[in-house]
Amino acid sequence: MNMFADLVIAPEFVVTHAPALLVLVPLLMSAATVVAPNGRFAWVMALATSAFCLWAGVALAAEVADKGLISYEMGGWAPPVGIEFRADDLNTLVVLVITLVGLLSAIYAQPAVAREVRSEKQPLFYTAFQICLAGLLGISLTGDAFNLFVFLEISSIATYVLVALGVNRDRRALTASFNYLIMGTIGASFFVVGVGFLYAAMGTLNMADMATRIPELQDNRVVQAGFAFILVGLGLKAAMFPLHQWLPSAYAYAPSFVTVFLSATATKAAFYALARFMFSVFNPSLDFVAASLIWVLAPLACLAILFCSFQAAFQLDVRRILAYSSVAQVGYMLLGLATGTAAGIAAGMFHMANHALMKGALFMAVGAAALNADVWKLSHFQGAGRQAPLTFAGFTIAGLSLIGVPLTAGFLSKWRLLEAVMGVHWWWAAVVIGISSLLAFIYVGRILEAVFFKAPIEDAPVIKEAPVAVLFPLWVLAGLNIVFGLDPSLPLGLAQAGAQAVLGVDLGGVQ
Amino acid sequence: MEFVLERYNYWIIIVLMMGGLYIVFESQNLIKRLAGLSIFQTSVIVFYVTLGKVAGGTAPIFIGDMHGGHGDDHGGEHHADDKAHGAAAAHETTDAHAEGDHGHGEAIVDAHGDEHATDAAHAVEAAKDAGHATDTAHVASDLHATGGHEVVDAVIYSNPLPHVLMLTAIVVGVATLSVGLALVVRIREAYGTIEMDEVRDADIAEGEAEGGAA
Repeated sequence: MNMFADLVIAPEFVVTHAPALLVLVPLLMSAATVVAPNGRFAWVMALATSAFCLWAGVALAAEVADKGLISYEMGGWAPPVGIEFRADDLNTLVVLVITLVGLLSAIYAQPAVAREVRSEKQPLFYTAFQICLAGLLGISLTGDAFNLFVFLEISSIATYVLVALGVNRDRRALTASFNYLIMGTIGASFFVVGVGFLYAAMGTLNMADMATRIPELQDNRVVQAGFAFILVGLGLKAAMFPLHQWLPSAYAYAPSFVTVFLSATATKAAFYALARFMFSVFNPSLDFVAASLIWVLAPLACLAILFCSFQAAFQLDVRRILAYSSVAQVGYMLLGLATGTAAGIAAGMFHMANHALMKGALFMAVGAAALNADVWKLSHFQGAGRQAPLTFAGFTIAGLSLIGVPLTAGFLSKWRLLEAVMGVHWWWAAVVIGISSLLAFIYVGRILEAVFFKAPIEDAPVIKEAPVAVLFPLWVLAGLNIVFGLDPSLPLGLAQAGAQAVLGVDLGGVQ
Repeated sequence: MEFVLERYNYWIIIVLMMGGLYIVFESQNLIKRLAGLSIFQTSVIVFYVTLGKVAGGTAPIFIGDMHGGHGDDHGGEHHADDKAHGAAAAHETTDAHAEGDHGHGEAIVDAHGDEHATDAAHAVEAAKDAGHATDTAHVASDLHATGGHEVVDAVIYSNPLPHVLMLTAIVVGVATLSVGLALVVRIREAYGTIEMDEVRDADIAEGEAEGGAA
């Protein structure tokens, strides 16, 4: 059963303290990176950090697969008093996605950052990257509601800085980052108000402890208000429609490495936190949660899927096409959650992992093209397929996965999602998925058409093949899209085990 | 009317929160937006402080006998419990407390000096039954065993936990504000203005110029 045990040989110390080390190592390394003499040295440190995180993440996943739930007591203070880090099947998937994309984007970072960020700023840039990584892993691992807020803000503040560093290429990065800062802070404050309500009603901040108390307090207005605040707050961070306005600009104008890393991890971590609160702390057997799933989350998810796919189809900037598509994909994941069934949650989490793989690959390929020629417009990409065949072959695989073509991971997660919505007889949601797949075909098709079938326009900057440091992570991600399309047992198994774990525990607690 | 007036702190929170949000969305000036954001965050801080306030409570500083079984022995299990409950209660009360609701509390207790330990326990129970009022409070009664029987030397503390949480939130808020101000400085350098509508106009003009060239 233990699929990671052969993969990793980790000393006992790393295995036991993996939850703490996953946050601590990037945090400490980020401080050390500040004094790195130059960008290349800082890059090596960031690479080492993210490699260690992936290693510790796999070790943690192996341990969880072996023993089930792991509760790590910070500083030896037992929960609910102390801060607890919990690792179960639901968040090991998130940790694996974040650490894997973290490492691959760190490999990709060197050529991208060398070009896009001024050399004296590079050590600080990698510092912010590692802080962001620490924050995201903290969000995924913590079992304490207020601690989650702190990690949310650690990662967000680092993100604002990272996005703003796109200023060397496009000054609009500054306003994008500023808007992100305003919206992100409002979201975090809403979340913390919600946590305050829950604390007022229950006197605890430990998420597992809250879960045991909520059923008896389900008619309490304070708890219900807390839920509403948390839903809005995390919804903002996860770019839930219509709270997604900050995302397209932030992704479009950030340095390409940042876009790769964020699109695959930041909204994912917030999405995970939302799922954790909805199903693990609260649960769909409570009336107000069930009502908000059906009447708030499901319609908003459908609107996001339709509206943002539609917007994506009309963008001229390739990065904006992909960014709007990201919001639509978050809609798919939320639709999975909105069903409130184990199948739906599993489909949502599975799609989350797949989306990280495909969007990571897509943004990498687009960024790779921009390495040689600063191009972002669709028309600039005409004929690029002939000049950079390897880059755009990777792009094509990930693009097909985004559409949901059979044999790719994207197809399987969309199929699971369809099964889940049909399982609760939401035929309208199935129609929405069908329409948006067509729209995805249009917006990915427009890029592919330009890349492969149109003659390059005259006097356009020439796109060259990307260096190996870019091709390697790109092809790993694209390859995983195929591998998981043929044999999805790893991510799907984790997603299903996670979904059953959160629902199983809570259903047991209620009845 | 009395219902409204005695909840004045909540009105302050609501006014600050809505006012802050209004400034954030209405103002075109980036500095004013950040100011609005800070006002909004302040309302959250006031909200948490309200949660931690106990009627008649003082600052949660230990001033009693340090060897009363709940002193500053940091590793102590008992001390750990007390910390979470926001109450430095003696063994008897802790037990009663913990059985009921883990001491997570909704207790609003007017414990006075020289009360018996059992009375304090009752008071805690009663307060717990009184329900889940939003103005949560914790009692911090400091019990001593003097002579043969238990005498309560009660000091009421405000719940320290929300204050600690808000210290963290203030730090986060300051960090966010400084990043925001740094961004405004850079926006000023890049655009020559800190008015959002002018920045937007500049972007649109630039976009049209690009569109024309392409």
